[in-house]
Amino acid sequence: MNPFIEIITQPDNIAIVIMIIMVTFFMVWAFQQAFQNDRLLAAGLPVDGEKDKFVDTFKPLVRIELIIAIVVMVGLTVWSIAVDAPLEEIANPTITPNPAKAPWYFLGLQELLVYFDPWLAGVVLPSLIVVGLLAIPYIDINPKGNGYYTFSERKYAIMIFSFGFFVLWLLLIVIGVFFRGPGWLWYWPWQEWDHARVVFEPTKDLTSLIGVDSRSLPGFIIGALVVGSYLVGGMIAPYRYWKKNNPELLAKLGIVRYVTIIFLFITMMSIPIKMVLRLVFLIKYIWITPWFNV
Amino acid sequence: MKRLPEITDKVKRNLIWKSIFRRDYRNNVRDRAQAIFGNVFLHLHPVQVRESAVKLRFTWGMGGITFFAFITLVITGVVLMFYYHPTIDQAYTDIKDLEFQVPFGVILRNLHRWGAHFMVIVVMIHMFRVFMTGSYKAPRQFNWGIGVFLLVLTFLLSFTGYLTPWDQLGFWAITVGTNMGAATPLLGYQGPFSEYLHITPYNDVRFALLGGAQVGGNALLRSYIWHCVAIPLISIILMFVHFWRVRKDGGISKPQK
Ligand code: HEM
Repeated sequence: MNPFIEIITQPDNIAIVIMIIMVTFFMVWAFQQAFQNDRLLAAGLPVDGEKDKFVDTFKPLVRIELIIAIVVMVGLTVWSIAVDAPLEEIANPTITPNPAKAPWYFLGLQELLVYFDPWLAGVVLPSLIVVGLLAIPYIDINPKGNGYYTFSERKYAIMIFSFGFFVLWLLLIVIGVFFRGPGWLWYWPWQEWDHARVVFEPTKDLTSLIGVDSRSLPGFIIGALVVGSYLVGGMIAPYRYWKKNNPELLAKLGIVRYVTIIFLFITMMSIPIKMVLRLVFLIKYIWITPWFNV
Repeated sequence: MKRLPEITDKVKRNLIWKSIFRRDYRNNVRDRAQAIFGNVFLHLHPVQVRESAVKLRFTWGMGGITFFAFITLVITGVVLMFYYHPTIDQAYTDIKDLEFQVPFGVILRNLHRWGAHFMVIVVMIHMFRVFMTGSYKAPRQFNWGIGVFLLVLTFLLSFTGYLTPWDQLGFWAITVGTNMGAATPLLGYQGPFSEYLHITPYNDVRFALLGGAQVGGNALLRSYIWHCVAIPLISIILMFVHFWRVRKDGGISKPQK
């Protein structure tokens, strides 16, 4: 069989296909409603739902809940009749499958292991995702766009969230499911998996680009300076920019909020940056210390 | 044969019927309200809601669908528990028995498996909807936080369930997943700085998760208990706080300008 068909019709991967379809559908629906409301806002008209009246819960809401419940139940039943959940061989600690994949919703994190050491990819970054999600309502002080779809009133919030949600979370999951084979090597869906394939990528560390051994003291210092200036520079640059162009915003944010937002943002952006460094420049580590590597 | 209205009339005057429904339903304001607050399940809802709560295009019903998926999983999960022993010797053969011995065992297991995938998908879409409508903004900040914990719990529910069939898929997924615990700074034996705390494979986070240094019988028992008892309980409590707060924060959000 065509390897692509084989991969997407694997019972557990059908869920990913369903996810892709549903997420795309709701993404389009959300943005379509957002743009529609934006046109109404631009024309000074009330947005969808603003003129809503009250209706009885019984029966309109109860009815629609019942219908949804039936539809979902029928859908799950059909899915369960059509596709059988797989059961692999009995667990055997001596036979390691290659690749050994985490559950699909964690594959984005497993994908990060290509770019970061486990303490970052598996512990620190996931914790920061949760902290970041929890922080959203408290750091987004834009009072607009509360209770209706809109894009124009919350451009930056929506762009940053969408980048995290669609690219860093969902796209990496899809890559992990469909494009990663033995040795976590990249396989196109039409390529056969080859267990003997090894790819020798001569990765280097950042400082070796300028001829400094990354494990030497100078290498350590240069690495520390690079990481430090990313953090400190990333912290200061927006401050100076806003100070000049939008001082009211800074005043409204206050120092705690500002530091939280920028810290979360530069942490998030370190992921695509590290990806480019690794994929384009074959750089593995930026900073090597006796305790950990970045 | 009697005509239908006569039969219903008779049923409605029956002592048992009256003891359950207490009063007749006439389609007036009072009875429509009574139908909601007279029913312990429905009275999660207010008696009246804004039109947008009824229109699909605003909420997509995603929170409700997530809850419904959860209920399906609880029901199928409880039935599965009748056929399952969380031990290395029996777990795998119990699942095989579902396939070959238990009536409707296959579909039972399928429903639980696909329902779990489905719940993870819809909870993410629910979060996306709440974000896109800006519904985390005042006064709903706290409920968004409850939601984030529910999201994490949903992942953990599914993750702990992975090991229970004791097959290669679950075994290695859990091995990969919990190996991350070993990388925790300070508290995992491979994590940065852990040597200063004298952390070894036998006293680190991973050991606590697995009840051992390897994925084995203790890990199976632990994941089973987290999966069937602890996490569902915590989730149910948080869901009720979540629903309560949806109401107390003024119902489904409406445009505030
Ligand atoms: C097990 C998981 C969850 C369940 C069962 C659940 C259930 C619900 C339900 C039934 C509603 C009513 C409106 C609707 O259907 O959209 C709701 C609203 C809400 N949910 Fe969730 N939810 C869950 C997870 C989450 C997550 C992950 C978030 C965000 C991170 C979240 C944040 C909210 C907020 C802020 C509201 C109020 C929305 C509004 O007023 O428009 N919930 N939830």
